[in-house]
Amino acid sequence: MNVRIDPSQEASALDLHEPVNVSRRRFLTGTAVGALVLGFGLPLGSTRVQAAAAATAERGTQVPAFLEIRPDNRVRLLCPFMEGGQGTFTAMAQIVGEELDADPATFLVEAAPPGEAYVVMDNGMRITGGSMSVRMSYPVMRRLGALARAMLLQAGAEKLGVPVGELTTEPGKVVHAASGRSLAYGELAERAMDLPVPAPDTVQLRDPSQFRWIGKPVKRVDAYDKSTGKALYSIDLKVEGMLHAAVQHAPRLGMTVGNVRNEDQVKAMKGVHSVHRLPGAVAVVAERWWHAKRAVEAIQVDWQEPTVDSKVRPMPADFSSDDWLKRLAEEKGPARDDENEGNVASILSDAKSRVDATYHNQYLNHGQLEPPSALARFNPDGSLEVWLPNQAPDMFRADIAKRTGLDPSRITLHSPLLGGFFGRHFLYDSASPYPQAIELSKAVGRPVKLIWSREEEFLRDVLRPVAAVNFRAALDNDGWPLAIEAISATEGPTEAIAGKQGEKLDPTALEGLSGKSYAIPNKRIAQIYVKGPAMLGYWRSVGNSLNDFFYESFLDELADKGGKDPFELRLHLLRDNKRLTTLLQAVGELSGGWKRGPFTAEDGTKRARGVAMASPFGTQTAVIAEVSIENGQVKVHDIWQAIDPGSIVNPAIVEAQVNGAVALGLSQTLVEESVWVDGKPRARNYDLYPILPPARMARVHVRVVESGEKMGGIGEPPLPAVAPAVANAVATLTGQRVRSLPMSRHTFT
Amino acid sequence: MELRINQKTYQVDADADTPLLWVIRDDLGMTGTKYGCGLAQCGACSVLVDGNVVRSCVTPVAGVVGREVTTIEAIEADEVGKRVVSTWVDLQVAQCGYCQSGQVMAATALLKQNPKPSDAQIEAAMVNLCRCGTYNAIHAAMHELADKGDA
Repeated sequence: MNVRIDPSQEASALDLHEPVNVSRRRFLTGTAVGALVLGFGLPLGSTRVQAAAAATAERGTQVPAFLEIRPDNRVRLLCPFMEGGQGTFTAMAQIVGEELDADPATFLVEAAPPGEAYVVMDNGMRITGGSMSVRMSYPVMRRLGALARAMLLQAGAEKLGVPVGELTTEPGKVVHAASGRSLAYGELAERAMDLPVPAPDTVQLRDPSQFRWIGKPVKRVDAYDKSTGKALYSIDLKVEGMLHAAVQHAPRLGMTVGNVRNEDQVKAMKGVHSVHRLPGAVAVVAERWWHAKRAVEAIQVDWQEPTVDSKVRPMPADFSSDDWLKRLAEEKGPARDDENEGNVASILSDAKSRVDATYHNQYLNHGQLEPPSALARFNPDGSLEVWLPNQAPDMFRADIAKRTGLDPSRITLHSPLLGGFFGRHFLYDSASPYPQAIELSKAVGRPVKLIWSREEEFLRDVLRPVAAVNFRAALDNDGWPLAIEAISATEGPTEAIAGKQGEKLDPTALEGLSGKSYAIPNKRIAQIYVKGPAMLGYWRSVGNSLNDFFYESFLDELADKGGKDPFELRLHLLRDNKRLTTLLQAVGELSGGWKRGPFTAEDGTKRARGVAMASPFGTQTAVIAEVSIENGQVKVHDIWQAIDPGSIVNPAIVEAQVNGAVALGLSQTLVEESVWVDGKPRARNYDLYPILPPARMARVHVRVVESGEKMGGIGEPPLPAVAPAVANAVATLTGQRVRSLPMSRHTFT
Repeated sequence: MELRINQKTYQVDADADTPLLWVIRDDLGMTGTKYGCGLAQCGACSVLVDGNVVRSCVTPVAGVVGREVTTIEAIEADEVGKRVVSTWVDLQVAQCGYCQSGQVMAATALLKQNPKPSDAQIEAAMVNLCRCGTYNAIHAAMHELADKGDA
């Protein structure tokens, strides 16, 4: 298929080693000779990067590895974190810009390559996940900006021939007030970045009362590109000589390729370059992706059952997600305790007033809108370049090194923007296209971009875990909770990835059942580990996404049994916790005062409200939901959310993240579910796997409470309290207690 | 076959039933239009054909011969499209951004046909999926655009 005739299309003069589309081409255009260009895009042999990697410096102090200041004063920041919508590129521009004294609007931010220099988080990790980026790197990234500013001041002192103490900065320039002279950062950068980085403890950070950008609703650095189709994701990239590939996976994970019945016919199909057998898949390489997809879907494979030595978790032919959930609910143990305080067993057995209930949730897909892809290219010198969506570049590079036998120094890994992630792009052995892309590129001797169709994505995506939780609780004579026990039959995502239970409990299995702040004197939270047949992964807010639904719904059952209002019950159980009392009262106020209902709204519909709280990722949240029933299904009108992350960097992005997390929370509450029958997912596209459509979104009202406590996360925390707030409202309105999700499985009257 | 896209003429050698999406992306190298589902479920691939929004992932390329196709790449060349983009930026609608090309196209198509759409008309037209949950921001942007619709 070839094309085109438009002379204005500028396809010419492309550097063989440069991806045609990658946006740094645009950045480099403006780079004059002598300006500093470092890091991303440079060969890893670059002396400065090598020097940076060799140094055993304190975290986040290798300034030239992060920053390039252009002659035009633009600041290019190589960001340790991946941008997938959560706004981390903007937050990092604000944080670094604040101390560097450069307007975040002048920043160009890209994901940094793998490398020790970019490990900036307190915990020594480099991942984008766990809502960690800002809260775990905040002081280090501020100091990075301050160090760079000190280097610019020093360079300014040399150039102006004045003592550095006489200089100050204004946004983007060094100023010598005494003589009225100033020098733009762009004029000083080359010299500045050659200076030794000052000792980290010699720079002083700005007083927070003087912040210009931190804490302000600074505009996102990527808003324009993302509103005009200019933002580039992995799926958009193209390099010279590239072929396209599509795959057909085995219908069940672990099956292997047997006889391919119609290989010759498929090879003869239009546009087909070649047909390939891969572990658990067949692939077609073609000049156009559409040809590759059509051809690969036409392949008839005799799939072979998994062998006992299968390297992936084999999916049984009889697996049913509904049956699995029933089985989990009946699991008897043994259970391992995560929390055990007081004397739960005897209080439960002696209790006059008991509440017992069993809850479960559903499997979910990530459903990020960008289907996974990977572009692999072997260079003439045998080195490998890979462009792929990821949340942990060093882990992916190490994995690629292991798979290919190449030394990591011979692998260049590029991390483009993520078209949504929600936990999708961690290292999941069987759920990523890059091993296939690398293998295909090697086989055909040309660069290959592999895109998984939406159907292949839903077949191989790792699932949000499921659990069945058996609760038992006892009330005292006044109707207040005296003891609570939650035993969860489940497999955590970390356990699934490891393939076994660890020495310690998987914290991501029980978070949201564990870690509650309510003053219930006797409590036991335990896990029965049940290894399941489905491959699991992390999904936005991870264990909290299910466990807060269970716990906070059950807490309302205790309120009902004890004759308490659920809002008052929570206030009572938090009476010695000032932070959470304040937060709960804040959401009450935000909603116009706690009003449980049922009541009749202005439009004549009967409505009720529910409340729930959660403590995920170092942040505290409280949610009130207002619901009605429409055509037998739940309609959520409003969500009020008060969120206390300690302190924040960008209130506008926080509000956007609350909206987004509420949407995903409503999606799992109302409509979303991955159902498996006979070892296969029933849905392999959005037609049978509904995600929240615009018509079912609620109005969202946000109040940020900055308590000044230790900084918490933002991307995930606003999600977990949504489902139980809705379920509690529904129970008040209809009398029906929903103990499983999604609500589309239930009918309401 | 000859295609008119963004006021330019292209000669394309493609099967008649190839989805317009893949001709735009792979043959013409314009990647602003996104692939999300291939089934007309999500709307990430929305483009304008003679001013109407269509889902290019299920539109055979032969069907647009002789028609004027507009993609996100040319959206700012259109008066209405330019206002949509500027409002999208002002209100900071995008998160991951992957669906936003399609959202901007759908918004532009609606406002070109109806400069002051009602709530119900906005709800009926703005049905593209967004996994980041930017729906309220989109709604706010549409209201702002509709309020200024007589300009």
